[in-house]
Amino acid sequence: MYRYDEFDRDFVNARVEEFRDQVARRMSGELADDAFKPLRLMNGVYLQLHAYMLRVAIPYGTMNSRQVRMLAHIARRYDRGYGHFTTRQNIQFNWPALSDIPDILAELATVEMHAIQTSGNCIRNVTSDQFAGAAIDEVADPRPYAEILRQWSTVHPEFSFLPRKFKIAITGAEHDRAAIQFHDIGLHLKKNDKGELGFGFYIGGGQGRTPFVAKKIHDFVPEADLLAYTTAVLRVYNLYGRRDNKYKARIKILVHETGVEELTRQIDEEFARLKGGELTLPEADIKAIAEYFKAPVFLERPEGWESLARWKKADEGFARWVERNVHPHKNPDYASITISLKPIGGIPGDATDAQMDAVADIAEEYGFDEVRVTHEQNLVLPHVALADLEPVYRALTAAGLATANAGFITDIIACPGLDYCALANARSIPLSQEISTRFGSPERQAEIGDLKIKISGCINACGHHHAGHIGLLGVEKKGTELYQITLGGSADEHSSIGEIIGRGFEPEKVTDAIETLIETYLGLRLKPEETFLEAYRRVGPKPFKDALYGASPAEAA
Amino acid sequence: MTAKVLTANRLTDGIAVWLDAAGNWSEDLQSALVARHAEAVASIEEIGKRDFAANKVVDLAVIDVQDVDGRIWPVRVRERIRAAGPTIAYAPGYKIADPDFIAS
Repeated sequence: MYRYDEFDRDFVNARVEEFRDQVARRMSGELADDAFKPLRLMNGVYLQLHAYMLRVAIPYGTMNSRQVRMLAHIARRYDRGYGHFTTRQNIQFNWPALSDIPDILAELATVEMHAIQTSGNCIRNVTSDQFAGAAIDEVADPRPYAEILRQWSTVHPEFSFLPRKFKIAITGAEHDRAAIQFHDIGLHLKKNDKGELGFGFYIGGGQGRTPFVAKKIHDFVPEADLLAYTTAVLRVYNLYGRRDNKYKARIKILVHETGVEELTRQIDEEFARLKGGELTLPEADIKAIAEYFKAPVFLERPEGWESLARWKKADEGFARWVERNVHPHKNPDYASITISLKPIGGIPGDATDAQMDAVADIAEEYGFDEVRVTHEQNLVLPHVALADLEPVYRALTAAGLATANAGFITDIIACPGLDYCALANARSIPLSQEISTRFGSPERQAEIGDLKIKISGCINACGHHHAGHIGLLGVEKKGTELYQITLGGSADEHSSIGEIIGRGFEPEKVTDAIETLIETYLGLRLKPEETFLEAYRRVGPKPFKDALYGASPAEAA
Repeated sequence: MTAKVLTANRLTDGIAVWLDAAGNWSEDLQSALVARHAEAVASIEEIGKRDFAANKVVDLAVIDVQDVDGRIWPVRVRERIRAAGPTIAYAPGYKIADPDFIAS
């Protein structure tokens, strides 16, 4: 993985000291609240319902065990013993004192981490495929390009005060695990007919109150032009993006209001000016950055195949875990592992300090010292030998981290919701816990198959409800919580926005409504292999609507 | 008039607090001074402005409350959760909000 050079180190340390000074001046009253607020946000510090919240960046979701241990240490020493992994592959601490945050940032800096640009109208943490560098279906590792974008966008003077926040995601595989079509810029790293690398460019995707699937504006931007073309997009957006209304300030609105053809013309015009200039990526630089992400040396471990078969036969729980949480790897003797942060009835994305330490230990011993965070709020060990799966499973089980539910109905994304968030209208976590408990038996989950439920506690859609096969949106109605259900959303290479199915449900009725939807699906699917989403796309909303609300008299007649 | 209390977050650690009758900021909503008429509301707002200016608290808000079974009960579920803490078992050693208090 990338290692800081002297410039990075000095820059991050200087930012820590700058923020330490700003906090001291805020405490003394020298800095007024209005002046301090944007400064704390630039350093990832929010004020939530109960306390401050610190959001720490995990660039493209990649960490080593030293960094994971530092997060555990911060949770233990400065917080309440846990952290919350988010849909942006970051981690949030929910209870830090403002007076401690300079020390926290100083400790993070010792392991090459920070909280810069985790808030504000700037380019945020670039996200990527959690299996990058390991996935069997990958054309090339997207992380070197994510790192190039990170370096380029960090305190970029032109793009530090955009009309609104700006999110970039990148995948190097045809099967999109990074939800690129729901980002301001989505990058699809691919090869052309000549075998050269380049990027499919998508712009204007996003969720929130006005969801849009991104539009592809270029099928192949050559690798060397990554920064020039990205700059062209950002420059046009910075110039024409609306600043009069924060709800209409994202690039998706500019795409919608300007029209994709006209906006593409403007971007291409800007790109023509930039092409071949100083933003062209030199091959030597790409190679130098790629070197940081070189795959570890995978020794041949063919004995794993025989052991795996034996272990699966001997332990049903292990077999279930392998079935769901173990993914194919480029090297046939190895696998990538999803560490579920979705225990049945638990809090999606939360990990205790002890669990983080356990993950660090396991990664160090069996996983080439690498850990990833997924946008679905799980962790990943990208490289584990099949021959080591059994001891890894035992170690994860001991830490309460071996739930065999990756991609199942209980693998729910939920935003912090009204239990923490100052913007939320309704709770997300308790609902996810109830649904998880209701459907949590291994048999029930296996019967239902692949199904993504995503829950947001307000229209800002941090819980990605628009992209849920079943999405739940919490709203406040007459002082109480109410949940709207959407169906048919998806965030992969066939992205779609879920459709509202009908009137909302009171909190105590939502899980029953989900059960009705599930029973309807099980009753109409053509075969067990037809997933909920496939079935929904085949039959449309009507059977589900009828099951939830009853057929209207005219239809019933 | 709907009764009101004044709430804020402490500057140093961000913890939610409520203004009590002695003019102190308490972590316990039930200690809050309840303003039942316009003059009382104006008075707590003044104290809030003073303590904001003195860098004791931030994010001041006057919120609606009712008296329910002898307890101060915020009208909005948001404020009830803010007062009682998360409604989930988020960390060992930290209490979960009383479901009866949160229920509408």
